[in-house]
Amino acid sequence: MSPRESGEALVHAEIKAAGDVRRINFARLASMREAGLIVIILALCIAMSFASPHFLTWGNFRAMLMSFSIEGIVVVGMTILLIVGGIDLSVGSVVCFSMVVSGALFLAGLDPWTASLIGIGVSALIGAAMGFFVTVIGLNHFITSLAAMVIVRGMCLIVTKGTPLSLFTLPSSFKAIGQGSFNGLPYVIIIFVVVVAIFDFLLRRATAFRKVFYTGSNEKAAQFSGIRTNQVKFWVTVLCSTLAGLAGVIYMARFGAATPTFGAGMELNIIAAAVIGGASLNGGSGTIFGAILGMALLSVVTSSLILLDVSVYWQDMIKGCILLAAVSIDHFLHRKKS
Amino acid sequence: MTHAPILEIRGLSKAFGPVKALSDVQFTLRRGEIHALCGENGAGKSTLMNMIAGVLQPDEGDILIDGERVSIHSPAAAQRLGIALVHQEIALCQDATVAENIYMAAINVRRAPLMNFQKLHADAQKVMDLLAPIPVRTRVADLSISNQQLVEIAKALTLDCKVLMLDEPTAALTESEARRLFSIVRGLKERGISVVYISHRMAEIFSLCDRITVFRDGRYVATDPIAAVSPDDVVRKMVGREITQLYPDKLAPQEPGRVILSVKGLSDGRRFTDVDLELRAGEILGMGGLIGAGRSEIAQTICGLRPMTSGTVALDGKQLRPRGYGDAVKVGLVYLSEDRKGSGVFLDLPIAANISALDLARLTGSLGLLDRKAEDRQARELTGRLGVRMAGIEAAVSTLSGGNQQKVAIAKQLSVSPKVIIMDEPTRGIDVGAKVEIHRLLRQLAGSGVGVVVISSELPELIGLCDRVMVVREGRIAGELAADELGEEAIIMLASGVQDSSDQRQAQNVA
Repeated sequence: MSPRESGEALVHAEIKAAGDVRRINFARLASMREAGLIVIILALCIAMSFASPHFLTWGNFRAMLMSFSIEGIVVVGMTILLIVGGIDLSVGSVVCFSMVVSGALFLAGLDPWTASLIGIGVSALIGAAMGFFVTVIGLNHFITSLAAMVIVRGMCLIVTKGTPLSLFTLPSSFKAIGQGSFNGLPYVIIIFVVVVAIFDFLLRRATAFRKVFYTGSNEKAAQFSGIRTNQVKFWVTVLCSTLAGLAGVIYMARFGAATPTFGAGMELNIIAAAVIGGASLNGGSGTIFGAILGMALLSVVTSSLILLDVSVYWQDMIKGCILLAAVSIDHFLHRKKS
Repeated sequence: MTHAPILEIRGLSKAFGPVKALSDVQFTLRRGEIHALCGENGAGKSTLMNMIAGVLQPDEGDILIDGERVSIHSPAAAQRLGIALVHQEIALCQDATVAENIYMAAINVRRAPLMNFQKLHADAQKVMDLLAPIPVRTRVADLSISNQQLVEIAKALTLDCKVLMLDEPTAALTESEARRLFSIVRGLKERGISVVYISHRMAEIFSLCDRITVFRDGRYVATDPIAAVSPDDVVRKMVGREITQLYPDKLAPQEPGRVILSVKGLSDGRRFTDVDLELRAGEILGMGGLIGAGRSEIAQTICGLRPMTSGTVALDGKQLRPRGYGDAVKVGLVYLSEDRKGSGVFLDLPIAANISALDLARLTGSLGLLDRKAEDRQARELTGRLGVRMAGIEAAVSTLSGGNQQKVAIAKQLSVSPKVIIMDEPTRGIDVGAKVEIHRLLRQLAGSGVGVVVISSELPELIGLCDRVMVVREGRIAGELAADELGEEAIIMLASGVQDSSDQRQAQNVA
């Protein structure tokens, strides 16, 4: 290689390196957080592989993945909603309502696929109603969704008259969504990975989702940039409920039943996962990948506690402490920065 | 033999991580003087004030009060030593009344279980009346920004201080409020209170202060009696280089371009009525007036950020009916907000994302995906053109100094290649160097055929920068001043509605 050529190559290498640095910088904080979570999760896995012979088995991993895959779909919506500066306490109720409505329609004679679509549609309408109260009436997300949580739970009880719907007559082609697998890979996990991949990509790249960050970071500045922030907030609220509805339908396929009390308390686990993964309750920051890692961490901890024969009564307390620790570390890092 | 100075700083240093905010600075405040502290943003003025007020702790060096070494470990300790700091940014309890805010410190240490509201209100009103007739039972949130600033100052006055530090107290005040503040500060000086006065406005410093200390890049540069220096000297010391010309050359009087923006009979039914405005290509039109006169509201309505009830707006001869700001942006009419942090920039987002916020459509590909390469190219080009000093286009805007944040906000406006750009207080709270650069940029924009409107509460800026100034009073155009009629007196008279009988010329200009 001539000196001139090698010089050019060097310049090119530099430009490329500069490009790489830029990519890293773009989500520097987020990626730091994500890398930290991966390290913690790996460390836990390694420690557990010594502590329990059952931990590092495909069966256990499959069980862990299954356990958070469906919730993971809800986490995706919640993370986007947190980024826009909102929150949704009603997701657990909406998951249940979607399940109950689809189940009841199926029992009334509808085919399960149509019934599920209606269930998801009804969930979207609940989101639209919340979006209306937030953007048109001007209430905040917390109160609106708190009310929705209670109302929708009540609707679950009304539809089912308080008793679980038994859906063992669901056709096996439908049940396969929740129970079947493709070459040994459960459909549930496939759906989860697809949903996560799509929304993670969109959130990073799509113009529409960039507006979510603008709105959450500084709503007024977004308005002064010509962004219709109410529209953004409305549609993100609808999206979150719709994804909860999708999760509800998958749960129905998985359990072959619809219980009117299902999903109570789920919202806390989901918000915790998103926040551990770096989403801020003040809006403007968060990644889907981080939120899923947050979910994975909580799941690995739960699995570890079970394998270590720790009483289930301890689980909630320990999860709560992890949330507190994650948020404290985050707060500390941010305060250091400014 | 004179007394020991009331406040002396020796060899003070402070670092934030790897960044040295102050290195080995000195500062001496004599009893009963008004001492200006100058420097560009980032020179370390606020850091020093915060250390004297006990908010921050120095890494090295001594603080002496009355010749004795003290350590000021908390704001409460500073208060006990008789030191009061009025922050540049307003830190009041928005939901409490003016009186409760003024006496917050006193309420905090009171032992009685019940509040004596009658006495509280009476005492607070007495202090408040020194500054402005603001009723003390008002909720702070209901006051204008300038009145809130006055409440902050009143709060400091109640602390019975020996040393009063004012950090840009006039940044949000109108000319007449500022004048009232000056006479109060002089009164405090008569009472033996020593004042540290931070400001970017040379005129103020030279009319008010006794001595001046300049900092640059965290270092002490010089202290001089005010009579021994000129504003040019001070600016030179602050920036460390020669600024030959504070304001760029104006338009030659005989070259008005075509009318690019024409507003007729604009009203919003609340804040302003019947506003006419004509902007020609190539000129910089100033908009003066008191804070609250309705200047920002007029500008925002023109751009579709607020609804109008009657009137027309025409851009380049074409009638404009924006249903929202987005529509105005599309045809090339943009507005730079006066509230940089509140509505101008996204502090925690990267610089590149800030610049592209105004018109994502032009960076969006067919699939609705953002073209990040184009976004980066745009950011690099505009930050280069505006000379933004930054670590990189992916750095968060919060990491920049005020002046550079403002340049990013301006870069955002320029990203859409506007035909008309309305800038609301484009240089508020930024340092001299950045200010000069922004003024040059505006003149350059005007020169390239862009219509520029500048709203400013700083009279020297209106006079130095603009080719023509419209003055707004209580929601109406009070008058217009051509280049050869521009002067502080003329603007103030139109803005305040005071007619000076000795100067009939002004009266003729009232529309």
